[in-house]
Amino acid sequence: MVVQSAAEAITYPAVGAELDIEGVSHAFDIDGAVLPVLDNVNLAIAPGEFVALLGPSGCGKSTLLRLVAGLEKPRIGSLREDEARISGPHPSRVVVFQDPTLFPWRTVWDNVALGLEAQGILKTQRHRVDDVIELVGLSSFRNAYPHQLSGGMAQRVALARALVNDPKILVLDEPLGKLDSLTRIAMQSELVALWQRKGFTTLLVTHDVEEALVLANRVIVLSDRPARIKADIAVGRPYPRHRGDPHLAGLRKQILGLLGLEATW
Amino acid sequence: MSTYSVSDTTAAAPRAAVTLADLSGSYGVGLAASLVWLAFGLSCLYWPDVGDWSRTGSLGIGAIVIAAFILFGTFSADYLGGAGQALRKRAPWLVAFGAFVTLWEVATAKFAWLPLPFFPPPQSILEVYTDDLPKLLDSVFASIKLQLGGYIIGATIGFITGVSIGWSQKIGYWVHPVLRFIGPLPATAWLPIAFFTFPSSWSASTFLIALATGFPVTVLTWSGVASVSSAYYDVARTLGAKPSFLVLKVAIPAALPHVFVGLFMGLGSSFAVLVVAEMIGVKAGLGWYLQWAQGWAAYANMYAALIVMSLLCSGAITLLFRTRDRLLVWQKGVVKW
Repeated sequence: MVVQSAAEAITYPAVGAELDIEGVSHAFDIDGAVLPVLDNVNLAIAPGEFVALLGPSGCGKSTLLRLVAGLEKPRIGSLREDEARISGPHPSRVVVFQDPTLFPWRTVWDNVALGLEAQGILKTQRHRVDDVIELVGLSSFRNAYPHQLSGGMAQRVALARALVNDPKILVLDEPLGKLDSLTRIAMQSELVALWQRKGFTTLLVTHDVEEALVLANRVIVLSDRPARIKADIAVGRPYPRHRGDPHLAGLRKQILGLLGLEATW
Repeated sequence: MSTYSVSDTTAAAPRAAVTLADLSGSYGVGLAASLVWLAFGLSCLYWPDVGDWSRTGSLGIGAIVIAAFILFGTFSADYLGGAGQALRKRAPWLVAFGAFVTLWEVATAKFAWLPLPFFPPPQSILEVYTDDLPKLLDSVFASIKLQLGGYIIGATIGFITGVSIGWSQKIGYWVHPVLRFIGPLPATAWLPIAFFTFPSSWSASTFLIALATGFPVTVLTWSGVASVSSAYYDVARTLGAKPSFLVLKVAIPAALPHVFVGLFMGLGSSFAVLVVAEMIGVKAGLGWYLQWAQGWAAYANMYAALIVMSLLCSGAITLLFRTRDRLLVWQKGVVKW
């Protein structure tokens, strides 16, 4: 395992929760055969930290996120949020998926209000919905239906739907993966701005090395399935980051090497 | 057709007088419709009837009044707003329909080209509507009452059953085989049993209509609920949704497009059951009226009842589609009925 020390001390706002993944292994039963997906994953994430998970396609990154979200339980090991064991989904840990998965029968406003409605607190907290729609810059689309939105707008609504719950941990499963490259760059900056402003702990799954380096404090490189942690790399550069930064370029080369793609450099 | 484009371009400019070009365009079709209806009216009045019908004169005058209305509407369409536009749009149909009734009038009442008692002329159908109205209205209300009761019961039970088996595997285990065994059976096959097991023919018919409605509603609601993407449930669960929220606010709204297909199919098959039940057992309703009219060889009454029935069925489907369009505004490209 490669561990690099952070180049400078970074302090995080205290809103985010601490996330501990301890000795987690997981497997799926497929037609009677056991398919191991995660192999003894240990990861401690500090409150307010932005961590990116990088790994080859199909290695089990998304499974790890589902465990963090509480949508599934690990076969071995435990996950803890601020020392409390994660046993099921909770609105303090919200996931933004690769597809926006907006409910097509609800308007933008109603989609964003979903979490508060499900928790039964919408009546008293309606202003939070308005605020967060404003935050992602979609106020003029509040009454639009999802089929009327562009891909980037839909993903912004999905982000707003997560943020309205004031999550302590924001779980991002390749949320920008299907956007065109220009929208993607714009939304990366927005994401960093939101994270800095709100201070939640962020766990991002991506297969884009550059995206991981531009966004995260730490980049975790996973192996092929069953996923194991191959490297834990501190990025240690201040925000806003520049894509041309030679330090990031060096890290990129190192990570591509770890992923077995050094020849592409 | 160039009719529409001509009216579009000319409507923008203020007009002083009707030009010759207009006569061949948007005004032309309206004018033709008016003339056809005038011809219908005159054909009623000009030739003597081959039979004894009391409403020939009223029908002829009515047709001429309609012709006058069409004429007036055509030339003032620009000042009549939506009604004017609607008239303009339907003008070709008015020509065709007017020609059809004229031909019908001439072929039956005037020259008897069609064998008479079986093909009654328009005035004898009009006569049914004026002289037999109370009985016809009673039948209409009886049919609506029976149909509505059975349909609402069937649709409600079907919807609840469909959601239950789509949601719960345990319920599905018990209900699914029953559904497979009983569902495909045409509801009319139950007629003989239903009529002597139920206390009244009315309750028996309600049961049969509910059965005919319930099966398609159940199956389509079930398939709708079962096909909801699990991603929706994941999203709702991470946002703190409880099972009741997942059913009421995720599964059901996502399944609604399917449910409406089921409601539509159920409506169609329940109409069939309604008419058969009324013809066989129930002593009221349009089906019974048809049967009664046949017994008396009152063919005009049969045609009159058929026309009313068709309007009612079409109206019911229109109502269902309007409801769907309101509830499913979020869907793209819904079919216009």
